[in-house]
Amino acid sequence: MSHHILELKDVYFSYPDGTEALKGISFRILHGESVGLTGANGAGKTTLLMNLNGQLFPTKGLVSIGEIPLNKNTRQEIKRKVGFVFQRANDQLFMPTVYEDVAFGPVNLGLTPEQVDERVTNALETVGCLHLIHRPPHRLSEGQKNAVAIATVMAMNPDILVMDEPASNLDPKSRRQLINLLKGFAHTKIIASHDLDLILDVCERCIIIKDGRIAADGPAEEILLNKTLLEENNLELPLSRQKR
Amino acid sequence: MTFDSEYFNIGYLDSLSYKDTFVHRLDPRVKLLVSFVFILFVVSFPKYDISGLIPFFIYPVFLLTAGDIPLRVIAKKVLVVSPFALFIGIFNPLFDTNVLLTLYGISITGGWISFMSIMVKFTLTVSTALLLIAATSFLGLCEALERLKLPKVFVIQLLFLYRYLFVLLEETFRMLRARDARSFGKKGRDIKTFIRLISVLLVRTVERAERIYQAMLSRGFRGEIKVLRRHSLRFQDFLFALFSVSIFYIFRHYNIVNILGETLGRTLR
Amino acid sequence: MHMADALLSPAVGGTFWAGSIGAIAYASRKLRENLDDRLIPLMGVLGAFIFAGQMINFTIPGTGSSGHIGGGMLLAVLLGPYAAFIVIASVLTIQALFFADGGLLALGANIWNMGIYPAFIAYPLIYKAIVKKNASNKVITIASVLSVVIGLQLGALSVVLETKLSGITELPFGTFLLLMQPIHLAIGLIEGFVTAGIVIYVRSLRPDIVDDLEGVKALSTGGSLKKVIIVLGILAVLTGGVFSWFASTYPDGLEWSIEKIYGKSGVPERQNPISGTLTEIQKKIALLPDYSLPATGKEEEKPSWPAVDTITSLSGILGGIMVLVVVVIFGIGMRVLRKKMRKT
Repeated sequence: MSHHILELKDVYFSYPDGTEALKGISFRILHGESVGLTGANGAGKTTLLMNLNGQLFPTKGLVSIGEIPLNKNTRQEIKRKVGFVFQRANDQLFMPTVYEDVAFGPVNLGLTPEQVDERVTNALETVGCLHLIHRPPHRLSEGQKNAVAIATVMAMNPDILVMDEPASNLDPKSRRQLINLLKGFAHTKIIASHDLDLILDVCERCIIIKDGRIAADGPAEEILLNKTLLEENNLELPLSRQKR
Repeated sequence: MTFDSEYFNIGYLDSLSYKDTFVHRLDPRVKLLVSFVFILFVVSFPKYDISGLIPFFIYPVFLLTAGDIPLRVIAKKVLVVSPFALFIGIFNPLFDTNVLLTLYGISITGGWISFMSIMVKFTLTVSTALLLIAATSFLGLCEALERLKLPKVFVIQLLFLYRYLFVLLEETFRMLRARDARSFGKKGRDIKTFIRLISVLLVRTVERAERIYQAMLSRGFRGEIKVLRRHSLRFQDFLFALFSVSIFYIFRHYNIVNILGETLGRTLR
Repeated sequence: MHMADALLSPAVGGTFWAGSIGAIAYASRKLRENLDDRLIPLMGVLGAFIFAGQMINFTIPGTGSSGHIGGGMLLAVLLGPYAAFIVIASVLTIQALFFADGGLLALGANIWNMGIYPAFIAYPLIYKAIVKKNASNKVITIASVLSVVIGLQLGALSVVLETKLSGITELPFGTFLLLMQPIHLAIGLIEGFVTAGIVIYVRSLRPDIVDDLEGVKALSTGGSLKKVIIVLGILAVLTGGVFSWFASTYPDGLEWSIEKIYGKSGVPERQNPISGTLTEIQKKIALLPDYSLPATGKEEEKPSWPAVDTITSLSGILGGIMVLVVVVIFGIGMRVLRKKMRKT
């Protein structure tokens, strides 16, 4: 068994209107690795993420999860392996109550009602939201919504957790809770964010994207403290490392 | 009706529906059907009837008090929505000028009586509809509709609409704030600005639908959505239904007001 | 132009409920047969959008008063007839529940008046017939205004018919029409232009939103449209049948009110024991010297004529007050009981 779980080989992607969003991206991610993905607005982070679970398909190049190449036939299988947490929790929580939302994935996997119940309970316990199980989403706080959104994905038992800007709407306390939660997961994680402190806290590796290409790839401690590299990419030092 | 009040109203009714009282615990199917039967009984009264309607106030009063719902909220809403019935009803006194009786020298025409009757019916039916939703969670009602064999496409549509109603109202609210912050007085409310504003809202809404669809697909969606069943019929549901409908029937067929009035009249004599 | 429960009779309200439920079932089946999964979330959020959009007011040119959109035709343009109809029905349902716009019995009539006409008549027969692919802005404007105006006129006409057939209003048919149709012509013109404005502007921002769902909308043409019209025809005949039966059984429908306007007859009162007793009482105590009951001879000829309510009599008033007092005491009692139960 090989140790990489996700591999991209020279991936290109263009939108139907001709915009080239990805121009030859290659990297490998190993089992249990946490990778932060950052870059200026419009650099191609979200497009890249969407190419990881078949929301989009590369126009050229190859994405494979484990040993499985991503294509239209393997899409369903890949979706089960790659848990995708969307940027806006409101878009992720579309069912009438927390229970039904977390159960949505397991039900679609064809599990029995007992198995579904077990998955829901476990997932909500993991994110510390079991007490919210009967609430409708519009009666949750932003922090609770984010946590439940993560639970909806955890209930699918994914191999890889992909997150797009997980902390963008959160107040400092909820953000800290989220960081602690993420640190506790043993999953392979890919987190796209502008919140470099979050990446520094959660991820050991960091990739910077610029104009659809990889501008830097290496240990997070190294990359996120390289002031010139960051400034070239419209980024700045994590707040915790800025001298005042 | 301003935007804010609408928003908080719907949120307030929603919050009332999560209480835990005898009425809230009843099966939504039973509440829905009994309320519907109630309305049918009320509108079945002929147009010159007022006295027969009065005993029917017992049902909304029961929902209100047993459901622990503030009277003020319901009364205010009933007043706010009255214009159409008022608009149509107010013509009755103009066109129906037959004097039916003269009381203390004041002539009372059939038009005024039928107008009063419309307003009583209006108060009864509207307050019952509002109390129904205040005493039943919307999800419960959707479950009831599904179990009463309404098409699933329609029930899921209601659930989705309700889920995103709050999200979109908030988004609209933010856009309106931005508009009002940049326009002074009436400016900014012209049709052109409106069209642009609502078009942008529409595009954003469609984009949101696309993101939701991706989120659904990412969790294995293949066209099927399960509607959860939470309620089951219990003894008290049957009891409530039987009791209410018999009372409506009695009120419809025996004019309690006249019987009481007659007795009273006899004692006075 | 929401109908209200209080203006409907059970027969008319029930007929329209049956018609609307039938239409919902039919549209749902059509959608299930050809469902594009994308439509499920799209229909849901568009319903919420119509709701939110109705909260935004704009100034109506030349009048200074403010209005908001209805959105029926806009939905039809975006989603095609079947999905649009389901969305309109869902919006009206939530309005009936949370804002008490209309009411539960009137919901059937409201779904009919504001859903069937734009989705199944005005959109396929007018809008679709005029607007082809890549139509110019002018064509879209003409089509929108025409289809919205006609949809609303039919809806307003329906409101008039439903109210008249229920026999509750005294408004003469012609006067009622003269009140409703011109108002809805004005509303329709504004709504039509606004709808066109939105379609055109959205098309400039994201052409695919207006054009891309053609696959779904294609359902509206060809054989299935014919079926819709046939079903509508059958429903219309059925509805008409029920109406005429109803109107002949209860003469207090159309003809009767027309008769009344010409003052041909007064309102007879049904002989009832209380009124007799009351006349006696009044004669004795002479409280109401010029109290006069209408002649009571005619009621054998037309026994189904409505009785004048006895609330207008002394006993009626006394009894009414007593019942109201009982209801209020009942309410207060329930509140006290609840408070006590909460404490223990």
